[in-house]
Amino acid sequence: MINGIILYTIAIIYLGISFTKDKYKTKAALLSSWKMFHNVLPDLLAIMLFVGLALSLLTPSLISSIIGENSGLLGIIYSTLIGSIALVPSFIVFPLGHTLVQNGAALPQVAVLMSTLMSVGLTTLSMEQKTFGRSFAYARNISAIIMSLLFALIIWVVMT
Amino acid sequence: MKKLKRYRFFFILLLGLLLIAFMNQAIAMTTVQLTGKSILDMLFLLPPIFILVGLLDQWIKKESLIRYMGEKSGIYGVFFTLSLATVAAGPLYIAFPIAVLLLKKGASVRYIVFFLGAWSTVKLPVLVYEFTSFGPKFTLIHICFGLVFYYLTGILFEKIYGQQKLLKADITKEI
Repeated sequence: MINGIILYTIAIIYLGISFTKDKYKTKAALLSSWKMFHNVLPDLLAIMLFVGLALSLLTPSLISSIIGENSGLLGIIYSTLIGSIALVPSFIVFPLGHTLVQNGAALPQVAVLMSTLMSVGLTTLSMEQKTFGRSFAYARNISAIIMSLLFALIIWVVMT
Repeated sequence: MKKLKRYRFFFILLLGLLLIAFMNQAIAMTTVQLTGKSILDMLFLLPPIFILVGLLDQWIKKESLIRYMGEKSGIYGVFFTLSLATVAAGPLYIAFPIAVLLLKKGASVRYIVFFLGAWSTVKLPVLVYEFTSFGPKFTLIHICFGLVFYYLTGILFEKIYGQQKLLKADITKEI
């Protein structure tokens, strides 16, 4: 909420400065903002609905039972799969991860889940492809999966 | 018709939700609540970000951005990219249009990859939360490893992808 207020304040201040300096540039800027919004809206609505479905089917206690203390490598694979589907912002991911750990999930598995949730997005892949082209989108997602797995490995070695 | 076609995934999922509603109303209700909340969150967060991107597009000169994020910007580029990525809030797909704009203005591929990586790893507003729920050790490993990894990935990707290759689709134009 506070984030939003700060963002709006900054946006309005800059918009005001821009408007007093050059009306036409400001108009052009707003027009391109609207087009961007218009372009991402269909994808966004679908993503939101998908994430909503996924989160209501996969409750924290269910996830915790899949990736518990003794789930080992299989647990890591499951977390990678679950985490790779959606792209979720960090202000939702960390509270979710915290709940999972309290429900009995193991730390490395939760680490890989959180990291992939934030950086790997199969649902948003079509959107990413439209933006950067297929090859780059795939490569970026693969690199994010590798990063998440290595991160989990480090957590496993250092913290358990 | 073309406009409706762009919403096809949304309608397919809506159909799925309807099916679930017939089988289990409780799950359907939670879905509607969760989805409604995240849609409201996004509608709240997106407009100021897109307005800022639109303004940047109009006002920032290519030459000055090349100085901050171009191929020769060095350590300066790292800090500039890092501060840009960690301050903003929201999921990674908001960063895509921003990244395209930066590319268009002459940022090098290395910093774009680093920007996306940092966006998905470090967020100053939630850093406190990560710190308190997972401890300093976890947070430090996450941040340091993530940033180093994505910087190296950036160097690698820079060798594979050219700047122009990534700029096929211009998001500020209507699809």
